[in-house]
Amino acid sequence: MSRSEDELDVIRAAREARGPVLRRSPGPTAWFDIRKTGTGHWAFSLNRITSLGLVLYLYLHLAVLSMLLGGEGSWHGFLEIATTPVFLGLDVLLVFGLLFHGLNGLRVALVGTGIATERQKALFWSFMVLGSILLLGAALHIIGSD
Amino acid sequence: MDTRTFRVFRFARDDGPSRFDTFEVEAAPGDTVLDALRWIKIHHDPSLAIRHSCFHASCGTCGVRVNGREALACVTRVGDQDEGRVTVEPLANFPVIADLVVDMTSFVQRFPSPHPAARISEFPTSPEVPPGIDEYQRFEDCIECGLCLSACPVAATDDTYVGPAALAYAQRILEEPRGADVGALLDWADGDNAAWRCHAAFECTEACPSNVRPAQRIMHLRRALTGGRDGGS
Repeated sequence: MSRSEDELDVIRAAREARGPVLRRSPGPTAWFDIRKTGTGHWAFSLNRITSLGLVLYLYLHLAVLSMLLGGEGSWHGFLEIATTPVFLGLDVLLVFGLLFHGLNGLRVALVGTGIATERQKALFWSFMVLGSILLLGAALHIIGSD
Repeated sequence: MDTRTFRVFRFARDDGPSRFDTFEVEAAPGDTVLDALRWIKIHHDPSLAIRHSCFHASCGTCGVRVNGREALACVTRVGDQDEGRVTVEPLANFPVIADLVVDMTSFVQRFPSPHPAARISEFPTSPEVPPGIDEYQRFEDCIECGLCLSACPVAATDDTYVGPAALAYAQRILEEPRGADVGALLDWADGDNAAWRCHAAFECTEACPSNVRPAQRIMHLRRALTGGRDGGS
């Protein structure tokens, strides 16, 4: 039996009289709930972290290039810092960010256009294996260039 | 019979901020989380607000988060929880009315309006599959539990996103329109807060207890939007 509008108004008023419901504001902290162990969830979260890192790197890169305005001495001074082990480690981290964000983005694009929709998890892990191989090669190259 | 520690989310609209209460519960490994919550209600705290009905994953009313994962309390076994302590929280991305009970109004409001019927009869009268459909994968399987919306990381940061259930529903209608206005439905799905907001985390499909596979359906919906417009899966 359906209720009349008058009856519904009474119910609504009674509900509101009990005070507001708890509205927990959504926020990025939900992306990093470590209890969520699904591959898709942490791939999503890592994609956001790497995107922020890559945006930060873009500005850092522009700042570094602006050193060229300071002349040859300024640039060589930077190169000395850039070949320290810590800096080379950050280079490897940058390559990781590029590979993860790029390959996971490619998976999202492919799946989003209907390709391998039913095998998206296998696609993800295939890309991760490919990314790991490329990262290893890049790391050896970067550290070997020291 | 083992004793398990349950940590249960508590909130009452006239009782200050939310908190967690801890209960020692006698539960056999085969008991469900819903059994344990009812045990708490009977033996410890009758004021604990829980919502349930059918006890067999059919009504979709007992959706909660158990140790951070979306689940129907009625079919989630206590013995399957690895952690010593079992934490039970209301679904995420929903307003909480009391304790583990959330307000489903916003979930229903996310569906396209007007809301064409997805189900006409309980059983198809003909076993033949219409042209363009490989097999029946009935969206009618959706029990509207809201687990998909709770699990969705996009919905966690944007409550204007219509979410997996509504999009899967739209794709189901496209699959078999039965006179529905397909053009209007596609326009709705093409909106700013609809199909293109999904980031393919597939958490909705992982969480769905009814094999609706919302994420796959959203991808099929996108394909329909970019050309095919048949929405077929």
